[in-house]
Amino acid sequence: MNPQIRRRHFLSMVGIGALGTTALAACSDGDAGDEPADGPVDLRMTVWTASEDHLALFQEIADAYIADHPDEVSSVTFETIPFEDYTTNLTTQLAGGNAPDLAWIFESNAPEFVSSGALVDVRETLSGTEGYDFEDVGESALELWEDGDALYAYPFSNSPFVMFVNTDRLAAASQPNPAELVASDGWTYDAARDISAASVAALGGAGLVVRDFDYMNWTNLASVWGGWDAEPWSADGTTCEFDSPEMVAALEWFQDAVFVKNAIPGPGTSADFFAGDTTMTITQISRASSLDGSFNWDIVPLPAGPTQQENIVGQAGVGVLAAGANTQAAANFLAFFTNPENSASLSLYFPPPRESLLNPQTLAAGNPLFSEAQLDIVVDSISGATTKPSHANFAQVDTTARGALDAMWSADADVAAVAADVCEAIQPLLEG
Amino acid sequence: MTSITTTGRAGRPQRRSAWRRRDAATGYAFVAPAVIGAIAFVIVPLGAVIWYSLHEWNVLANTFTFVGPQNYQDMLSDGALHDSLIASLWFSLGVVVLNITLSLFLAVLLNQHLPGTTLFRVLFFTPVVVSLVAWTIVWGFLLQADNGINGFLAEFGITGPNWLRNNVTAMISVIVVQVFKNVGLNMVLFLSALQSVPEEIQEAARLDGAGAWRRFFSITLPMISPTMLLVAILTVVGSLETFALIDVLTDGGPGTSTTVLVFYLYRQAFEFNQFGYASAISVLLFVIVLALTLLQWQTRKRWVFHES
Repeated sequence: MNPQIRRRHFLSMVGIGALGTTALAACSDGDAGDEPADGPVDLRMTVWTASEDHLALFQEIADAYIADHPDEVSSVTFETIPFEDYTTNLTTQLAGGNAPDLAWIFESNAPEFVSSGALVDVRETLSGTEGYDFEDVGESALELWEDGDALYAYPFSNSPFVMFVNTDRLAAASQPNPAELVASDGWTYDAARDISAASVAALGGAGLVVRDFDYMNWTNLASVWGGWDAEPWSADGTTCEFDSPEMVAALEWFQDAVFVKNAIPGPGTSADFFAGDTTMTITQISRASSLDGSFNWDIVPLPAGPTQQENIVGQAGVGVLAAGANTQAAANFLAFFTNPENSASLSLYFPPPRESLLNPQTLAAGNPLFSEAQLDIVVDSISGATTKPSHANFAQVDTTARGALDAMWSADADVAAVAADVCEAIQPLLEG
Repeated sequence: MTSITTTGRAGRPQRRSAWRRRDAATGYAFVAPAVIGAIAFVIVPLGAVIWYSLHEWNVLANTFTFVGPQNYQDMLSDGALHDSLIASLWFSLGVVVLNITLSLFLAVLLNQHLPGTTLFRVLFFTPVVVSLVAWTIVWGFLLQADNGINGFLAEFGITGPNWLRNNVTAMISVIVVQVFKNVGLNMVLFLSALQSVPEEIQEAARLDGAGAWRRFFSITLPMISPTMLLVAILTVVGSLETFALIDVLTDGGPGTSTTVLVFYLYRQAFEFNQFGYASAISVLLFVIVLALTLLQWQTRKRWVFHES
């Protein structure tokens, strides 16, 4: 074949291939159509729970909505994305033009999602829905999700951090029960550290574990440094406070508890409270589902530090994605999903922001393992609690701070110097 | 007759031309899936990445703004990128040197026709077919501070280092885990090359009084140098693309000591949502891989047998 014809043939093949590819890309673009759909639409909500019980409850609520609004919504799909990669996976869906209609969002990413314009303002839809009783939703619970008058997500879960204690280990190590120390105002971080260290010396295993910290997820240490009235950055998020005297004192206490007192397992060590060989752990109440009855346990509030006792909650919001195809239908469904009746159902698993539901009686239905006295502790731990750290540039700040903090997790680390290094590393990111 | 002959002469080229067209069409039909696949999954994405690298693209804010070479200029002043390039250099150097040395050593050993060599071949090749993530998770347990390897060392009164929490030992750990994962593949390639070295040449050298080392360096190594080139290219490219192992084992830490270039790229795109800047980094990675491959290809004439 003549070279010109050969080249022409080849170019046509390339052209056809490129056109085909473009067509395929166009088809798979999943363009978030700006025009509202004519008929009923299919909604999709991303969640990080894979619990069959949770998903069954969501589907039950969705089915009731579809039955009431057959002209608006034909189906609601709840798509589970693993917890560890949740935000990464969600943003990848956004980048790929495959945005879900609704999504759960971590508290740590809240400012980033709120300020970026990724979410739709749902205040008018929620407050304007008949019977929604918007005033019942605690104002402090909404703060993280507000920007001016706009509300960008509904904080459906407000799970407090508490201290779970293995009372069998305490008895075996002849250590006092923290519940008694709470009653006598003696429940402090120093007491928790000393009890933990003594139990390790007597029984082996691990003492106090800040669950999910693993020397990586440093924001979980908020459950500790709150007792020193420390914050990682200023309230407006622009100034690093890792090098503040309060934070340095809190981190020095932690480092001493790990490397000197042997009360907290060191880096690279695995310890699981729910396996029974750990004396106490700071975690959220939802973790109680991991208890298998193999040992006796109790919960107590977070201990007091030298300055104060501070309660911490981890919050999760559900918002409507601006890039979704059916924003108004999604907002309407959100108003139904979180109305007083459905919030009561959801509170079986997720402590609600509605003040009328925040009582031991409501929580008891979803937490049969807890006694009424323990649920009082849970309710007290939610009221007036501080939310875990968050920032408009959280992803970069989190990763950079984690890298800088690594130098702190060795026996001979100069805590104040490392804290100063953390500030030097994250200050430009805080200023944005 | 004349007219028939004329018709025959005119008809034969026409039939031949039609046959050639059909033949060409069949050929194109056969290569079409591969061509379309290459366009869809290699050429278009490559072009798209270069295009994206000229933009500031934040998926959360849904902004896609043309910024020209700004992302490339930003790379010059990005200290974290420079750190990741250094980490990549150490990682690739470690993996390439250790992998090629170890795989060649194992191949020579298994080429000795000793009893049990089949079992050892299987043992060293098995990690190649094991899931990378499963392999890495198991190593994560072995490299814990108080269990695994350190637990074994403790039996002899030795306190092992906290492998994944120290900058140097973490880098050594990821290199070793990566090498043991793939050393079996290179070992098989070297073994195959060793078995194709003609025995009569070895025999002739032996008769000339050449010792084992002399025969290895003067005959065996030159004869297997084409395989050495292949293994070197594959290992260099593979080392620069290592991601899952770092993600699962160290998450780029401690600090940024194991944040290699491809992991830094991932972090910029999928954690920081800076897809434009991440695209520029991926173009840099592409250029580095291309340059190293071309360098090896160009220098082959100096050391690869039959190429000079």
